[in-house]
Amino acid sequence: MLYFSDLLQYSDVFLSGLKTTVELTVLTTILGVILGTVCATVRQYGNRASQRVVSVYVELIRNTPFIVQLFFIFFGLPALGMMLTPWQASMIALTINLGAYSAEIIRAGLASISKGQVEAAKVLGLNFRQTLTRVIFIPAFEKIYPALTSQCIIVMLGSAVISQISVQDLTYAANLVQSRNFRAFESYFVTALLYLGLSILLRVAFNALGKRLFAYRTSH
Amino acid sequence: MKRLTKLIGKTLIIAASFSAFSASADVLQDIKDRNLIRIAVPQDFPPFGSIGTNLKPQGIDVDMANYIADEMGVNIEIIPVTSANRIPYLQTKKVDLVISSLGKNPEREKAIDFSTPYAPFFLGVFGSKDVSVNKMEELANKTVGVTRGSVEDLELEKNAPKSVNVRRFEDNNTTLTAYLSGQVNLIATGNLVAAEIAKRQPKRAPENKFMLKDSPCYIGMAKGEAALQAEVNELIKAALASGELNEISMKWLKAPLPEGFGA
Repeated sequence: MLYFSDLLQYSDVFLSGLKTTVELTVLTTILGVILGTVCATVRQYGNRASQRVVSVYVELIRNTPFIVQLFFIFFGLPALGMMLTPWQASMIALTINLGAYSAEIIRAGLASISKGQVEAAKVLGLNFRQTLTRVIFIPAFEKIYPALTSQCIIVMLGSAVISQISVQDLTYAANLVQSRNFRAFESYFVTALLYLGLSILLRVAFNALGKRLFAYRTSH
Repeated sequence: MKRLTKLIGKTLIIAASFSAFSASADVLQDIKDRNLIRIAVPQDFPPFGSIGTNLKPQGIDVDMANYIADEMGVNIEIIPVTSANRIPYLQTKKVDLVISSLGKNPEREKAIDFSTPYAPFFLGVFGSKDVSVNKMEELANKTVGVTRGSVEDLELEKNAPKSVNVRRFEDNNTTLTAYLSGQVNLIATGNLVAAEIAKRQPKRAPENKFMLKDSPCYIGMAKGEAALQAEVNELIKAALASGELNEISMKWLKAPLPEGFGA
């Protein structure tokens, strides 16, 4: 027998968990994509030294488990005198994680822009900044947009791990409720549905944003 | 059939006479007569009782057993038991006393008698020295680490002020790490766990702020042995007064007896 009504008294816990997950997701998606864009640009167009630094960062993050990165920031850094709250530690860990993965995705987009297009911009008298923002970024992002949005959703789902350092996110809510009423099936079922809903919402939002960003395609 | 009935009858008579005999026995007198006390101690529950590197039993319960035997002036036989069979050992008279981190509850009280408490065993809030908290109400607006779903977690949820910030971790080890790394300066846990931290990281040894749930250890003995019970209680009282109990607590739990212990 299933007793979903047993979860009703914990609806506050689920709601506040959902709020934390959404907040962290929105914030880390924005910051992570900005970080990834900067890193990708440096790796594609920067000088050799800065390319090195970025590739060390990217490879370090992409080749270690997220939970180890999180534990290092939360439990390890205090030894160096850097004390972060669970929320701050998760925010930083998620951002640098998304930053590294999105850097590689965006770099692929940048690499796909043909040299001729950049040279054409130069001939027309655009400076480097104008070339980047008007001639390179928009078509580059358009090419890798599906991969980038998938990565953002993967990070949102991966954020379930932060409950391990006592951040009261959606997974924390599920674990807490489950430890109180022992309704494992119900708690995790509801939580899974909430994550599914979040993913769908995110996709819808990304699609709407994509339509606006890449509107030049349909307007001519 | 007739023979069988007879046999059962005889058996019953013998059993009855045995129980009559044992009911009238005075265990304290028996101990003195044979100049030997048999005491059950745990063998797998440090720091109460475990096998040391010299293959001898050691721990709070072993020290306590030796103390009782010394004070009574009799030889001692240490009998290792498990938590499941310690009360049956007592009921079948294989031992005279059970000193085996035994807690008191109504079911056990029906089966055996207890002495006064001899060792602390409790859940409490522990923390570093610079945090000043002495009771539940003072947790307001403070951060406490705890293992999710544990008894101490439920106690905090039930009794702590609403403004307390409870950080719940996955398991005991993560809770310990959170305390040792300084992420939390207060944790709710058992005094044995606190002792383990004190052993591993003396610099960050947590001190007991207050108790959440007290369940001290008692010495168990067969029911109705008033003379033995009085003698054991007298010895515990003396050890408490002389500081011997406190010394045992310091040695194995790295912490003094809680305030008002045994009162």
